[in-house]
Amino acid sequence: MSAGAIDPGLAAGPVPDVPPPTAASQRLRQRQWLATLAAAMRLTRTRVGLGLMTIMVLIALLGPLFAPHSPTAFIGIPNSGPSSHVLFGTDYLGRDVFSRFLHGGLSVLYLAVASTAVGIILGLVIGLSAAYAGGVVDEVLMRISDVFLAFPQIVFALLLVSAFGPKLWLLVLTVGISHAPRVARVLRGAAQQVVERDFIKAAEAVGESRWRILFSELLPNVTSPLLVETGLRLTYSIGLVAGLSFLGFGLQPPNADWGLMINENRVSLTVQPWGVVLPVLAIALLTIGTNLFTDGIARAAIGLDRSES
Amino acid sequence: MSTAEQATTNKVPVDIRGLRIALSGSDNDIVDEITVEIAAGEVLALVGESGSGKTTVGMALLGYCRPGGRVTGGAVVVDGTPLSELRDADLRGIRGTVVSYIPQDPGTALNPALRIRTQLFETLENHKGLDAKARDARIREALEEVALPNDDEFLKRYPHQLSGGQQQRVAIAMAFAGRPKVIVCDEPTTGLDVTTQARVLETIRDLCRTHQVAALYVSHDLAVVADLADHVAVMYAGRVVEAGTRDQLFTSARHPYTARLLRAVPDIQGKRAVIGIRGRAPLPGHRPEGCFFADRCHLAVEQCHTTFPGAEEVGPQHQVRCFRWRETAGSLPAGEAGAPDVAMSGEQVLTVSSLNARYGTRAILFDINVGIGRGECLALVGESGSGKTTLARSISGLHRDWTGEVKLDDAVLETSARRRSSDARRRIQYVFQNPYASLNPRRTIGQTLARQLQMFFPGSRKEMSARVSACLERVALSDAAINRFPDQLSGGERQRVAIARALAAEPELLVCDEITSALDVSVQAAIVDLLRELRTEMGLSILFITHNLALIRTIADRVAVMTEGRIVELGPTQRLFEAPEAPYTRQLLENTPSIEAALARVDADA
Repeated sequence: MSAGAIDPGLAAGPVPDVPPPTAASQRLRQRQWLATLAAAMRLTRTRVGLGLMTIMVLIALLGPLFAPHSPTAFIGIPNSGPSSHVLFGTDYLGRDVFSRFLHGGLSVLYLAVASTAVGIILGLVIGLSAAYAGGVVDEVLMRISDVFLAFPQIVFALLLVSAFGPKLWLLVLTVGISHAPRVARVLRGAAQQVVERDFIKAAEAVGESRWRILFSELLPNVTSPLLVETGLRLTYSIGLVAGLSFLGFGLQPPNADWGLMINENRVSLTVQPWGVVLPVLAIALLTIGTNLFTDGIARAAIGLDRSES
Repeated sequence: MSTAEQATTNKVPVDIRGLRIALSGSDNDIVDEITVEIAAGEVLALVGESGSGKTTVGMALLGYCRPGGRVTGGAVVVDGTPLSELRDADLRGIRGTVVSYIPQDPGTALNPALRIRTQLFETLENHKGLDAKARDARIREALEEVALPNDDEFLKRYPHQLSGGQQQRVAIAMAFAGRPKVIVCDEPTTGLDVTTQARVLETIRDLCRTHQVAALYVSHDLAVVADLADHVAVMYAGRVVEAGTRDQLFTSARHPYTARLLRAVPDIQGKRAVIGIRGRAPLPGHRPEGCFFADRCHLAVEQCHTTFPGAEEVGPQHQVRCFRWRETAGSLPAGEAGAPDVAMSGEQVLTVSSLNARYGTRAILFDINVGIGRGECLALVGESGSGKTTLARSISGLHRDWTGEVKLDDAVLETSARRRSSDARRRIQYVFQNPYASLNPRRTIGQTLARQLQMFFPGSRKEMSARVSACLERVALSDAAINRFPDQLSGGERQRVAIARALAAEPELLVCDEITSALDVSVQAAIVDLLRELRTEMGLSILFITHNLALIRTIADRVAVMTEGRIVELGPTQRLFEAPEAPYTRQLLENTPSIEAALARVDADA
């Protein structure tokens, strides 16, 4: 349909001479985080991290099914060592350490995941809004974030939990809120570079709503940092949730919980170490796993960004 | 310098023989069979579009190879020394003393943390013969040669305290201070305004003459080259397809690519229509058998698709790689330049009255009054910083900080697009300068277009795909683009998509903000051509913003010339070019490089 003044010069469609893309490669292009994940999986650290994570998550999820005893049943003398029928001995009240360990992961896991979700969603909305709005809105949101950032996360959580009492929803909320400003900062930074680009202006010019610009135009371009943040915040959440449980603000006795177990059995550490060692190992491996996994993703994300620019 | 003289001078400053640079890891060449000679005091222009390998050759002359590439054949001999025989330390030694370099963007090439004096001094470090006093004298002399002040106050300045033109002059002074035999210029005027460009080019030319420096001038801008070069070599897909004297190339180009490239360049003197070249140059590793240009060539015959043509002498010092070079002359249609004849009703589609705009605390636009008729194409010309983009964005409601009145038909528009009615937003559509940034990289072309259609003409998912195809067809793109992402398309294709998106809204006014400045000339010509056609077909009114005066002649009915936030001249295109009234317009016209003017000057000299 072009000028057609000369032939074959200008006529019709300049068809790109790149090979036709496969469905899989197309999906990777559209979903930045999938591409990042795919690249990350080629790194050893990511694989090791994912392996550790999988093992610990499986223990937490399926453990209760394989527990030889009820986590609250008294099966022997307190603080007795491992024997043939009690694999890791008994705790300070005479309950089976191994059964309590198998039951105690679930609460840590779901509290950590829930508080991470709260933190990421809040942080995402704040970060993207600040980057897009700019000016006064940006200033106000970021200065409020600064105030929250001034508190160490555990102090902030303790403050709220000790004021309102140990309620699980409150624990999730406080840990989530303490994550939010940190997430917001990172995503604001990532989104600021995208906001400058003309396709955002193009969306404004046709009257797309602010909400749609944030989540349909901006968000797909910051999924890599979002993925990294999610992994990082999950790692911190596990530590924080276990820490708060240890301090007695999480699950209440006689429930089984890794954080709580450490607290309960710490006095008898020298007599019967397994009551402490088992949950400590579990928390350590889980956080190391999520951390390695996240680190792999972060490295892959940097690599991807480089090849794209 | 005559041929006889050249034969006696065995030691030409630059002698590149059969140079081949390949991608490391594969044997795909980036450039091959490059044979170029430059005599002392001569300027050889290496011309080509993006990806042709011209910069790779320029870097090779400095003894550099870009990451991922290595020299796999041929020789680069500079001043009698083959560079391949030098060790890294010796290479560093000859840079700045024997070969030096003028970068494309002095803003990033100068170290922002060092004073001008320090940086000039550094370039003389390899000159063991000069003591501190002599060096000081030398840099002052170098600054004087490029018409910069050379007092202590100036030498103490930092790069950010200089204008873009001054920075480029400092870079030129740095290159010439070491009295090199050879200089490589990598599009040194690309970022500069035409007025500054004209002066910088003059400086480079004079310095090469006085100091008998052989210069390799790498450029995509044929008009600049016509004014500057003694010899020209045209590169396409890693090969020199035609080489000869400046006059031979510009008046009797023999390679179809050269001929078509020349026809793609708009000229302020010219009355010819610009014609683009379809398709894109093949990348290393994807090059076809036979002539690389065959797929895009209007003269291609079977032989062209099977055999790669060797270099053929077609005149003194004039070589061409083409089987059909005898046919090239006269194979292109004449075509008249100027805006297409469109019936204009005379009614105004857009009226801007006393518009003032600010950016933060800075006033950008002052009392702008301008109207665009229905079906008219109004060009808005100005150098960077003149406020032309701000005006376009104010009209479209993308820039909000303005006062005054903008009327679409008879309805007064709100300042910001967000507060305008959906219909008002639909009727004015904006096409952005950079097609690399104006499309969301995470959406397919189909998704982008479908969203635009959905915004203004909601419809079912089923009929959407047919409508998206129709949009693409309007800009001469095939359906294959629907599932592509922006980074899978070339720049020209992306810009077509951006235009298709704008047209999907069935606008009455299309605001085109420098839409061809990021594109190669052959692609630019095709895009301009597309716009001309859309005008006749759809009766579209266009506000065409550009810094390139030459381009206007091929498309606009009327021109508004802007400088420092004011419109200094507004009139019909023809009148403006023939009898410019404002001194600023005259100055712009004088400084815009033109192939025809350059050739006319040569004829007058002879």
